[in-house]
Amino acid sequence: MKLNREDVLHISALCRMKLSDEEVERFRNQLSNVLENFEILQQVDTTDIPPTAYPIQLLNVTREDEIAQSYTQSDILANAPRQEDGQFRVRAVLE
Amino acid sequence: MQSSDRLYRLTIEQAHKLLIKKEISSVELTKAVLERISQVEEKVHAFVTVTKESALSQAEEADKCLKSGDASPLTGIPALIKDNMCTRGIRTTCSSHMLEKFVPPYNATVVERLNQAGMVMIGKGNMDEFAMGSSNEHSAFFATHNPWDLERVPGGSSGGPAASVAANEAIYSLGSDTGGSIRQPASFCGIVGMKPTYGRVSRFGLIAFASSLDQIGPMTKDITDCALVLNAIAGHDPKDATSVNQPVPDYTKALIPDLKGIKLGVPKEYFVEGMEDGVRKTIEAAISRLEQLGASVDREVSLPSTKYALPVYYIIAPSEAMANLARYDGVKYGYSHEGANMWDSMEQTRGHGFGPEVKRRIILGTYALSAGYYDAYYFKAQKVRTLIRREFDEAFKQYDALITPTSPTVPFKIGEKTGDPLKMYLSDICTLPINIAGIPGLSIPAGFCDGLPTGMQILGKPFSEETLLRVAYAYEQSTEWHKQRPKL
Repeated sequence: MKLNREDVLHISALCRMKLSDEEVERFRNQLSNVLENFEILQQVDTTDIPPTAYPIQLLNVTREDEIAQSYTQSDILANAPRQEDGQFRVRAVLE
Repeated sequence: MQSSDRLYRLTIEQAHKLLIKKEISSVELTKAVLERISQVEEKVHAFVTVTKESALSQAEEADKCLKSGDASPLTGIPALIKDNMCTRGIRTTCSSHMLEKFVPPYNATVVERLNQAGMVMIGKGNMDEFAMGSSNEHSAFFATHNPWDLERVPGGSSGGPAASVAANEAIYSLGSDTGGSIRQPASFCGIVGMKPTYGRVSRFGLIAFASSLDQIGPMTKDITDCALVLNAIAGHDPKDATSVNQPVPDYTKALIPDLKGIKLGVPKEYFVEGMEDGVRKTIEAAISRLEQLGASVDREVSLPSTKYALPVYYIIAPSEAMANLARYDGVKYGYSHEGANMWDSMEQTRGHGFGPEVKRRIILGTYALSAGYYDAYYFKAQKVRTLIRREFDEAFKQYDALITPTSPTVPFKIGEKTGDPLKMYLSDICTLPINIAGIPGLSIPAGFCDGLPTGMQILGKPFSEETLLRVAYAYEQSTEWHKQRPKL
């Protein structure tokens, strides 16, 4: 599977991650090489084989809904790059 | 009586004996380890943060517990924690610019448990950024060096935790393992490293990389210490819905120095093309030793799906990583870049905050999950994952444990593989299948090739950590490898 420049730009837009022109070219080459090595999987017959999402199967994990000490507002905001009036400050979504 | 300037050489078990006999204090031990760090750290670079002051105050507390007789085997023992486990009030960076200034508001469950057991946390260990890498060269800050040969890598991603124990800068450490990140660096640094069964140890507070593969485990100087640390960290945690509610045995009871009646298998697919001759000979000699100790060994085991483990892993792990790392948007915590608008800010934050290997994997994972490719890559990989699991299930109907090399090579030179990601990915070829199947795996020193450590990997069925420890202990007691330390 050979990736082209547009493929890499499309993927970087999907994951909201800006890449420099040099990175686009480098990743295009490296990932094409990696994806080529993944083609071996297409040889495997997986008819009627269920997928595994987690190796140890647990079902319906629940717990009691108990009141317990949580974190303070100041604890949670302590790492915020921008805050205002005890809230996270975000950039305008609609401009 | 120990001379106080050499206390850093002790194992947990040895230090504990001296502590409870009051021949040494935790403060003395902690100072000896801090002094050792100041002597060798400029060569090894294992620590992102040295927590000198909090370590000394924890040591004072530990001495009070020891005085009152209220001490666990880990009380007062200095440990290093990999820098992807949250420590309340102490910077936790994941060796990434994204989290360079992040100070967690809570402790990971493993840190809570070790604190309750009386840990003295000596610092936070360097790693490949977000645990993505096999050499520690992907740390955003600096590369850790292998204490056995400073021009070589310590392995990764738990390179700092491994190198610190090998260099006697910590008595033990905790690492995390998503595809070999405990076992491969343990092998490269000549120490013991165990990845427990998926769900055996809580992942709460472990900064997520690939949630269905990540597991925390001990990195120690010998097998007895491995059992002691596992005793303290294993067990169910309501805060981690994937942690398994099964009783935790006393793992030290598994340390029996013979292997009578133990059935071992050697899967031939792990003796891969490109494997170094010295590693092959070392592991073959170790297997013969296991036979001499009373185990029966079948050298003709076959796990034919092993060859699919690399693509399965490098589809599933990046796919889970891209979802887990979507949270780094520059709003709630972490690096934040002020751009022209909301989307620009987010794209620049992620573009500048993540290093090259993390970006590569986010791109790969996003691609594997994107419209049109999901079935061919992600869904297919999950199905082949089932086949790999089933082969292990079948093998463990016949064998108590499987024996393989931990890595096909000895530690490689710094810079040797950074230009070619696929070459770097191949260095985890013997460890990846174990995370895919969720089974436990342990690496133990098995000898040296040209002065460089080589590890043997022992695998078992889910929750068979006791069997792994028994096999490893019997082997260790018949060798001197674990007693050797690098000269620095």
